[in-house]
Amino acid sequence: MGQLLEVFDLKTYFFMDEGTAKAVDGVSFEVDKGETLGLVGESGCGKSVSALSIMRLIPHPPGKIVDGRITLDGKNLLELEEEEMREIRGNEISMIFQEPMTSLNPVFTCGNQIEEAIILHQKVSKKEARERAIEMLRLVGIPAPEQRVREYPHQLSGGMRQRVMIAMALSCNPSLLLADEPTTALDVTIQAQILELLAHLQRELHMAVIMITHDLGVIAEVADRVAVMYAGKIVEYGEVHDIFKKPGHPYTQGLLQSIPKLTEFRDRLAVIPGIVPNPLAFPRGCKFHPRCPVAVDMCQEAEPELRALASGHWVRCIRA
Amino acid sequence: MWTYILRRIFIAIPLIIGLATVTFFIIHLAPGDPMALYRNPEISPEVMELMRKNLGLDQPLHIQYVRWLTSMARGNFGISFTAHRPVADILKEAIPNTLQLTFLALLLNLIAGIVIGVIAAIKQYSAVDHTITVSALFIYSMPSFWLGLMMILLFSLLLGWLPASQMQSINADLFGFWHRLWDRITHLIMPVFVLGIATAAGTARFMRGSLLEVIRQDYIRTARAKGLSERTVIFKHGLRNALIPIVTLTGLSIPFLLGGSVITETIFAWPGMGRVAVGAIFARDYPVVLAVNLIAAVMVVLGSLLADITYSLLDPRIRYD
Repeated sequence: MGQLLEVFDLKTYFFMDEGTAKAVDGVSFEVDKGETLGLVGESGCGKSVSALSIMRLIPHPPGKIVDGRITLDGKNLLELEEEEMREIRGNEISMIFQEPMTSLNPVFTCGNQIEEAIILHQKVSKKEARERAIEMLRLVGIPAPEQRVREYPHQLSGGMRQRVMIAMALSCNPSLLLADEPTTALDVTIQAQILELLAHLQRELHMAVIMITHDLGVIAEVADRVAVMYAGKIVEYGEVHDIFKKPGHPYTQGLLQSIPKLTEFRDRLAVIPGIVPNPLAFPRGCKFHPRCPVAVDMCQEAEPELRALASGHWVRCIRA
Repeated sequence: MWTYILRRIFIAIPLIIGLATVTFFIIHLAPGDPMALYRNPEISPEVMELMRKNLGLDQPLHIQYVRWLTSMARGNFGISFTAHRPVADILKEAIPNTLQLTFLALLLNLIAGIVIGVIAAIKQYSAVDHTITVSALFIYSMPSFWLGLMMILLFSLLLGWLPASQMQSINADLFGFWHRLWDRITHLIMPVFVLGIATAAGTARFMRGSLLEVIRQDYIRTARAKGLSERTVIFKHGLRNALIPIVTLTGLSIPFLLGGSVITETIFAWPGMGRVAVGAIFARDYPVVLAVNLIAAVMVVLGSLLADITYSLLDPRIRYD
């Protein structure tokens, strides 16, 4: 399968009175057609900002993409005019968000909100758009779509709303879907349903997905490749089974250890000590060293580069 | 919906009676006497006493109150002490004039307030935004009687562009429809501006804040992620949500418009309810004062009802069943 998206040395900074927050600082990854890339990390590590940068929806000011290249099918998105970019948003690249409760406009019907994107990008009549919206709602497993299409978001449950969001995002057959924590706000049984639905639709529509999450369980289930982010940088990148079998970075190891296992007894969950550093004041050297169990003096001096641990498995750590 | 409206009207009845009662006793508590106008060496104390009796002012206050309330309930507003005509007739002339003024002022308030507020929000922190903020604050803090006088000074006395008072020229009736319409418009410009501009400044500030609040919402990000143009995002997805608090503000501003019309009508000699009220208060013309108060109370109640109905039209989450 060929390459669909390449993000190269992306730098998205937020310029604020308190200083410059380097939310994304030199991130590179690629996504093949039909593939799923998992983007993992704690809150504030830059995963959502990476996704919004691909959409070019960084609120400006204060945010700005200062450097890098984002290539979709050979086009550098960062060089497009705003108008050309609008034709890509919702059409070739779609996005679904974490909060289904607040991501739909309360004053318009679900149908209206799905049709809007269809009419905009597919240049079809209102009637055809309505039919397509009903078809999409049926595709995402909403019962009685002919009625739901006329209902307002507040009349639907959280899981149903996320399905409406997915229907809206997929209504124009995008080649890439950015899913920003799509299941975080849902309860566990609904989470599983939504993930299953996404996987099913992905196969059906031959679509690539970037799955952003802090939940490694989700990654294990859906991702082909994984990029682990910490403090605005990718610290480990590789095939999903390499990351889970042979995690190279102490941060990845910590994340994996903090998942409780059914087969062993524990009083307390394993945790990574400390908190995510303040993006306005990152530590010198390796940004993880203050929390790292295996850090040595050298870690404080210079930030390590990504290096290959095995073929296609990269780690940003001198101790790995 | 209709049961809701009926229920609201039903609830408003005791409110209006209570309000009328309070006004009744306050106006009677105020020093002064309706008969003071006639105190005159030519009129003998016997005649004065007779006049007092004719107006029912010789009765104890609670009897006067009960009489007034019962006649009010029958739709009889009584007879003006000073004009010696039915209060209903006086109101019938004054109310349309006041409504003309307040309706146009409300329109100015909404249109100018919303447009300017949206511009300020879209251009947040720009020079345009700062200019709007400062001028809005300036206009909002300006007393309307002062603004009215300054406008008369400038546009009527100095420039001679606009008439200073009344709602039409003395000879207006001699001319055709279009001429009369134009005459009315020139008379309306200053009073409508004075009455509406301060609330418009308030609305603009509110609109700016409300739209900026809405623009931060997740569903605006969703709209942008669909590839909609910024214009559609703001005017379709943003504005309708941002207008919801403006409806509250407008509902609340109706009493101020009515109150403001008292001052504005007095300055511009506009023959409306406000001027009738001022004249009646100074003359202690109790039936007129009470009737004007009652009408104002009814308008306020209707205004807030209208605001609540508008809510349900803007926001599908609000349903009155």
